[in-house]
Amino acid sequence: MGPSMSCSERVLTAMGHKEADRVPFLLSATMHGAKELGLSIREYFSKPENVVEGQMRLLRKYRHDFMSGMYFAANEIETWGGEVIFFDDGAPNAGEPFITKSSMITGLTPPRIENSNLAQRILKTISLMKERVGDEAPVVGVVVSPFSVPVMQMGFGRYIRLMYEERPLFEQLMKVNEEFCVSWADAQLAAGATAICCFDPVSSTTITSRQMFLETGLQVAKRVIGRISGPTVMHMGAGACGQIVGDILSTGAAGLGVSSLDDLGVIKDSCRGKVTILGNLNNIEMRNWSAEQAEQEVKKAIASAGAGGGYVLADNFGEIPWQVPDEVLMAISDAVFKWGQYPLTWVRDYEG
Amino acid sequence: MNELLNDFEQALLAVDAVAAREVFDRWGAENVRSEFLDQIIVPVLDKIGDGWAEGSVSLAQVYMSGRICEKLVDAMILRDPMPVRSHPRIAIVVLEDRHILGKTIVYSFLRSCGFSLLDYGCLGVDDTVKRAIDDKIEVLLVSTLMLPSALRVKDLRRQFDARDADVKIVVGGAPFRFDETLWKEVGAYAMGRTAFDAVSVFAGIEGGAS
Repeated sequence: MGPSMSCSERVLTAMGHKEADRVPFLLSATMHGAKELGLSIREYFSKPENVVEGQMRLLRKYRHDFMSGMYFAANEIETWGGEVIFFDDGAPNAGEPFITKSSMITGLTPPRIENSNLAQRILKTISLMKERVGDEAPVVGVVVSPFSVPVMQMGFGRYIRLMYEERPLFEQLMKVNEEFCVSWADAQLAAGATAICCFDPVSSTTITSRQMFLETGLQVAKRVIGRISGPTVMHMGAGACGQIVGDILSTGAAGLGVSSLDDLGVIKDSCRGKVTILGNLNNIEMRNWSAEQAEQEVKKAIASAGAGGGYVLADNFGEIPWQVPDEVLMAISDAVFKWGQYPLTWVRDYEG
Repeated sequence: MNELLNDFEQALLAVDAVAAREVFDRWGAENVRSEFLDQIIVPVLDKIGDGWAEGSVSLAQVYMSGRICEKLVDAMILRDPMPVRSHPRIAIVVLEDRHILGKTIVYSFLRSCGFSLLDYGCLGVDDTVKRAIDDKIEVLLVSTLMLPSALRVKDLRRQFDARDADVKIVVGGAPFRFDETLWKEVGAYAMGRTAFDAVSVFAGIEGGAS
């Protein structure tokens, strides 16, 4: 066997639907860097240098294949002028929705990224990450889909009612959100992000029916992914996508983040040679996994989706909870190194 | 009867309030109107909830179905007396979170099924404990979206126990769905996968089950 590939080579090979030296993997431990630096979550996200250093340490420690510029999903709400609430032991969350009645959508305009301190910190983080890793590892930028961000903008219930009962205002909101999403994604790419992960849990059939997705979320995804100036992964954020995976292939997405609610092997069969899939370790259960359980879960995922490339092992949600111990993440890493080496000769005899 | 059940289910899944009302009127032409609740609404909402748990129905459809039924029930109450249900004193709360959809769905479902319950909105642990004890709540339904909030149920249990308050905590929400042992870990009495599961819990308590 020749020298091992760099993280970037490994990921690019996998996304080209070929087998690299091993299965690439992404541990979205967005908050664990704070533990490495002995900081609170709030302190950690207050300076780009903290996040860069934290993620660099995790890159070396877990030996995974990505740097992530992700802070937390609610960061976009700060850019829109909304409230972000910090917790000691979990990801910051969006506060009260700032669209309190649907008629407010009429006057809504996309916020300017340069006016948001948090957005500027994220861009600086990505830029510093790129300086540190160069071409060794891909740097991932993150956006929330225009179709999913209204959950934070106006609340879940009000947004669902908008979808069903006020379609013209819904379309207007999508128009504004799409403008912001594309500019936010492109700003991250310009800062040095290699690719964009677009979180879109509302498109999953856990949240909206396929019929509604075809009328709304799919059209939004096609428009947005078509305009973003770099490869974009559509991530279901733990929602199921088995019923719409064929539709997602038409969006132009380079990758698809898959839930533990889905059968990874079935999704892989649908996406083989077309879209790279990421997933689908259960990020909630993993908090209590033993090293043996972690190894079994990794084996199962690789056996389901690893053959032929086009697969990145990751969790199902895109954010690993603060409560997941380092030992579990190290066990996942060890298992990928043990069972993820191509060719996956053991898979033929794997019985799960 | 089966045709009415099927038509009502299809109307709700299509989020067609007019068609749902039409089924109600067809029922009322030949039956006691108030029995529409137990004979049609409850089984259909239960089936739709199961559909969501199995992945064939979306959360948006569950939510909109509940809204349509709630409006129908409100209209029924104006015309006819509704059956009075015997049940424990119930409250519902979103614990340390602002995502209220799960709570709204359960609240709407239970109201549509003829239960009365207090809605605490979004509260922290201390405020929830105080209000539940003041209101002599017997069953507290707790909705959570994120793992840290779900883990906070432990504190809730601890505080109730420290005050000798026999409040049964029934939990629901994404963290409990993705880790089916979590409800036991946090000291909950039961976990609800769908809104209808709460009804089974009430029945168990009324029947003296522990």
